[in-house]
Amino acid sequence: MMRELEFDELEALAIGAGVLGTGGGNHPHLELMCAQADYLRGRRVTLLDPQELADDARVAVVCIMGAPLVTKERLPEPVAICKAVRLMEEHCGKPFDAIMSIEIGGENAFFALLVGMELGLPVVDADTMGRAFPEAQMASFAIRGLPVTPFAIADIRDNAVLIPVAENATRVERIGRKTVVELGSIAGTCAAPRTGREVKDHAILNSISRALSIGNAVLDARKAGANPVASVLEAENGALLFTGKVQDVSRRTTDGFVRGCAVLSGAGAFEGQRLEIDFQNEFSVARLDGVRIACVPDLITVLDEETAEAIGTEVLRYGQRVAVIALPADPIMTSPEGLAVTGPRAFGFDFDYQPFAEKTV
Amino acid sequence: MKRIGIDVGGTNTDAVLLDHNRIIRSIKTATTTDVISGIRTAVDHILGGSDADADGIRAIMIGTTHFTNAVIERRGLSKVAVIRIGLPAAHSILPMQAWPADLRSEVEGPTFLIRGGHEFDGREIVPFDDERMREVALEIRDSGVTAAAITAVFSPLTSECEERAAAILRDVVPGVSVTLSSQLGRIGLIERENATILNSALHRLARDTVAAFETAVSESGLRVPLYLTQNDGTVMPASQAVRFPVLCFASGPTNSMRGARMLSGLDEAIVLDVGGTTTDAGVLVSGFPREANSKVDIGGVSTFFRMPDVVAIALGGGTIVDEASGRIGPQSVGYRIMEKARVKGGDTLTLTDVAVRMNRMEFGDVSKVSELPNSLVSNVDAWVNGRLAELVDRMKTSAAAVPVIAVGGGAALVPDELPGVSTVIKVEHAGVANAIGAAMAQVSGECDQVFYGVSRDDALAQARDMAERRALEAGADIETVQLLDAEDIPLSYIPGNPLRVRVRLIADLKA
Repeated sequence: MMRELEFDELEALAIGAGVLGTGGGNHPHLELMCAQADYLRGRRVTLLDPQELADDARVAVVCIMGAPLVTKERLPEPVAICKAVRLMEEHCGKPFDAIMSIEIGGENAFFALLVGMELGLPVVDADTMGRAFPEAQMASFAIRGLPVTPFAIADIRDNAVLIPVAENATRVERIGRKTVVELGSIAGTCAAPRTGREVKDHAILNSISRALSIGNAVLDARKAGANPVASVLEAENGALLFTGKVQDVSRRTTDGFVRGCAVLSGAGAFEGQRLEIDFQNEFSVARLDGVRIACVPDLITVLDEETAEAIGTEVLRYGQRVAVIALPADPIMTSPEGLAVTGPRAFGFDFDYQPFAEKTV
Repeated sequence: MKRIGIDVGGTNTDAVLLDHNRIIRSIKTATTTDVISGIRTAVDHILGGSDADADGIRAIMIGTTHFTNAVIERRGLSKVAVIRIGLPAAHSILPMQAWPADLRSEVEGPTFLIRGGHEFDGREIVPFDDERMREVALEIRDSGVTAAAITAVFSPLTSECEERAAAILRDVVPGVSVTLSSQLGRIGLIERENATILNSALHRLARDTVAAFETAVSESGLRVPLYLTQNDGTVMPASQAVRFPVLCFASGPTNSMRGARMLSGLDEAIVLDVGGTTTDAGVLVSGFPREANSKVDIGGVSTFFRMPDVVAIALGGGTIVDEASGRIGPQSVGYRIMEKARVKGGDTLTLTDVAVRMNRMEFGDVSKVSELPNSLVSNVDAWVNGRLAELVDRMKTSAAAVPVIAVGGGAALVPDELPGVSTVIKVEHAGVANAIGAAMAQVSGECDQVFYGVSRDDALAQARDMAERRALEAGADIETVQLLDAEDIPLSYIPGNPLRVRVRLIADLKA
């Protein structure tokens, strides 16, 4: 079913995308401002249920690639993605019917919307991660063996690069990253066109709706004076891992990733306990008093205890009072092929994936 | 070293004369509409007519909520020409887009986006467009607007574009007041631009207000440097406050917390500042106010200034108690307590009256409240205890009992014992804690910059040198320089191991 997204849903989407960002993906507050400005100019997002896609529909899979810091200065650049989309159309000789985001977690949730409004195309209610992940090979299309190329990269000036062919998704990621650095560490990308059939079979479906449902749960709870963290868990079948205070955060950069560990001391029901969370851009593993209780690809998210606003790994700091929750990953990610690239071993840990214990709150 | 601290609030002007940590004299007086006469009254009182007391005064520190209130109340603001340098980037959100409509219409002048700006690594995005800037300057001249705010992409790394634009603008529009975003620092274009625009909008008010302060001081016969307090508990010279009034935002709560620290000698405590209408709770960590987690809006505008983490509840000396229903607050008689309270012969029962009845404070005529029924008094007592205990609990970071320092005009309202509190500390001069905090304020120096290809230790050392230079410029005593805060964040997705380093130093004012 096609429907227009309402103005108020934009904020819900930003909150939900923040939660699904699992500490990475960059909080979409600037992108929210862009989308709101578009709405005030009379533009609208048309949201398209993936089941409505014709099997031969052509879907552009887009994202912004680069450093969050650069976006803070240059502001979101959906125009760069539009240029990449046009380049891809030219290369393939066929126009696109719809836009889809590679990643629902963080700012990329919004770029498909901004591009859809700019180009007048509907946005598919789906993505390829169901959260945020640091690298392109962690996308469901790549996991299912669909080619990532051709792959188009463009910036806001007149620079564009097309990668017609590459040996695998990891190589595209690495070539892309080098290109993006040259362009100022921010660029728009359009991955290999997907058919409607491929999206229906291999994407993470209805993830925009999932983000909206999380965001609405938070907003409704805040309005009603209820606990928004509990509302998120209720809406999404998640588990409360911990509540407490950030004690220490250590970070280091290696290979372009921010890796580190946050140590939290418990409060309330967790008084006297200690939680450690490892992160690599996104949160990857949580240990309660030394015992592993959740890991990738399940979603581990740190929320402000009172507002349920997601707190990213880059802004995590001493003294913050937080709730840590886990949400289940999509079955594509927990399949053997999925775990090969998104499981703990893919992040350098020497243990296997174990789903977090579902608990009632 | 003697100093005078003055807190010019919306209702009261408080002043105190300190000799080192000793309070020689203090006063609480009404803020006057001309500001000057209120300050003069206060200064004359604390000098006590004695030249001996005026001798050896090193500085006057003024804390004021004037600039914050001007933004919140939308008054005294100037129109600002807004120039953003960054095209073809940095245009998807327009300047002032998220500002409240009323504030925006008050401040927004002609707005221009022009080509230029830098990348994260110092390369140009595109060459700066001098020619277009000259056209922009002519338009600004013709618009009659007298203030401008210039923001370029990545100007905290290199301010070249902003400086070129300012030079052209000053050339075409002599006398124009210009704020460059790089002077205010910090990565984050929108927040930095917002602060830059607010700063320019305040330029006339800042000039007039600081001139009024200077007049009041010189009329009092004092020939000492004047400083204004900033939101981080430090001061800047008046001349700098004229140029950067936004740095004074939220200095009020900071001053009262710093004053509470001096009066109590405690570095770690919760401070309850009980006024006429509200109680503000804040937390002292290592002697400084704990900062709020999230960015704080000023009058609905998002800026990057970190503010003290303060929670306010409707509980003050003037809070009205309805005798018939037993309902308490949230209404308050506020500053009219002197006429409205029962103990002062007024017609309204307030928390102050109940506190007098309970012998918690001496104020007015106790016989006016001796007939109050015990049940009412104990209900009110329980309500105050419950509200304050809840407030303290919200500010706490662990279950351990913490000390509470009560300050403000209504400090006596705070009971001597509270659940979860180790001791309730009531201090002399609690009513003028904010003026004491202003008098005690130190100077600071900050550096917030991204370093490339430098080891972490070298980056921190360079940042510290830069911060120290700035502290010295602000009048710091080199012997007392202390590191207040150092933070380093590696930046993801950027090669060359860039490290964003923020270092803040504080020091005593040089004697």
